[in-house]
Amino acid sequence: MAKVVVVTSGKGGVGKTTSTAALGAALAQGGERVVVVDFDVGLRNLDLVMGAERRVVFDLINVIQGDAKLTQALIRDKRLDNLMLLPASQTRDKDALTGEGVARVIAELRQTFDWVLCDSPAGIERGALLAMHHADIAVVVTNPEVSSVRDSDRIIGMLDSKTERAERGERIEKHLLLTRYDPVRAKRGDMLTVEDVLEILSIPLLGIIPESQEVLRASNVGSPVTLNAPVSAPARAYSDAVRRLRGETVDMSIPFDKIGLVARLFGRRVA
Amino acid sequence: MAFVIAPEAPLPLWLSALDAQMHRSPGFFETRPVIVDFAALNPNDPGTDTLIAALESRGLSVIDVENAGDIPSADPWRRRLVGGRDTGVANLPTEAVPASKPADEPTPAASLVLDDPIRSGQSVLFLKGDVTANGFVSSGAEILASGSIHIYGALRGRAIAGALGDANARIFCQKFEAELVSIDGYYLTADDFDPALRGRAVQIRLLNDALSITPLG
Repeated sequence: MAKVVVVTSGKGGVGKTTSTAALGAALAQGGERVVVVDFDVGLRNLDLVMGAERRVVFDLINVIQGDAKLTQALIRDKRLDNLMLLPASQTRDKDALTGEGVARVIAELRQTFDWVLCDSPAGIERGALLAMHHADIAVVVTNPEVSSVRDSDRIIGMLDSKTERAERGERIEKHLLLTRYDPVRAKRGDMLTVEDVLEILSIPLLGIIPESQEVLRASNVGSPVTLNAPVSAPARAYSDAVRRLRGETVDMSIPFDKIGLVARLFGRRVA
Repeated sequence: MAFVIAPEAPLPLWLSALDAQMHRSPGFFETRPVIVDFAALNPNDPGTDTLIAALESRGLSVIDVENAGDIPSADPWRRRLVGGRDTGVANLPTEAVPASKPADEPTPAASLVLDDPIRSGQSVLFLKGDVTANGFVSSGAEILASGSIHIYGALRGRAIAGALGDANARIFCQKFEAELVSIDGYYLTADDFDPALRGRAVQIRLLNDALSITPLG
């Protein structure tokens, strides 16, 4: 049975696209058939993070409008055969998405893949609502910071009222993915702690992704961090999150990058 | 906002349709003034002379008439309100009230119980009595009630009690981290709260035209 996952947040810049790529690649590393779908029509980024930007021919809007077949628009990852990307259109806007068209594409993807990961645009408008509409599971990406937490709270309310599952009177499974977490700054009080965020949002925790240079580095070379630096702290955290998404019980810990004492002292001073 | 209603002949049929609508959504006309538009009626249609009386007996508050021509029974209501703006056709609630009770059974005290948390951006409006929330009320969420508000969780958003004017309404919450509280139009924002009350279980009521916030227990 295919699972449709929406990666959403309300607020922009918290790491939805990075997380979609990292989770998608980690799922695919387990051998399952995975597709990542970019819903950010007009501001597409997932193709860059996946390193597929030079191979985009057709996109989601072409498929929705019947100009291309789904198989023509899907781009196979160069590193993993069982990982595909359905890119968004950069030249159109979110009004080009139709409810009926999205429903058809998702239904078709469900037949071919084990996991369909939808990268939601920021905001609470049409694009975000359509990205979440058919989801079975929501991954709510949140930074440990008050504005991000409040926006996530708003999105959780919408997941519980505006999705297909909610309209059928069912529950959508919701998980919190806390990104850009810095335990040192949280301890100093510069950042909300994990407990603060969980108390406000009260949904189960899928993972804690530590703030790391590796994430930015991976994005810039167009490779999900779970593939680009698989033993780095964020990659291990994403891999643990994926195991939890599959239903395994994994102890919650915040992986650290191994750095020397001198680097750590220096790093603290800079921070 | 006033409603313009336009009755049509035959009136007995129209009135029974109105009764059915009012049965489905009791309270719909309760707080709204009504303007009766006679345009679709002929002075000779049976029931035209008693129409306004028939509406008032149903609890509608008629404030004006339109296109009443030479219908004498409409005379007392000719106020000629001007400057009204058309806001389009009102959407009447369509879902029926589940399992309507026999009229002679006493109606239970009106209250609304919410089992799910009220998330940021959500607004709960209940103008028939008390609201009880079993979860938290997030920052950026609000509950408005004509009666009292009881929150068995953290109040981080807004709670507005006695919203139709009720100085006896109160607000209770398990964990007080509110952005704004209001009773009977009097309000306080987070800046006005005593920091010592933050995070505590509190009761809020109106005493001598001022909101009083006291710890519970």
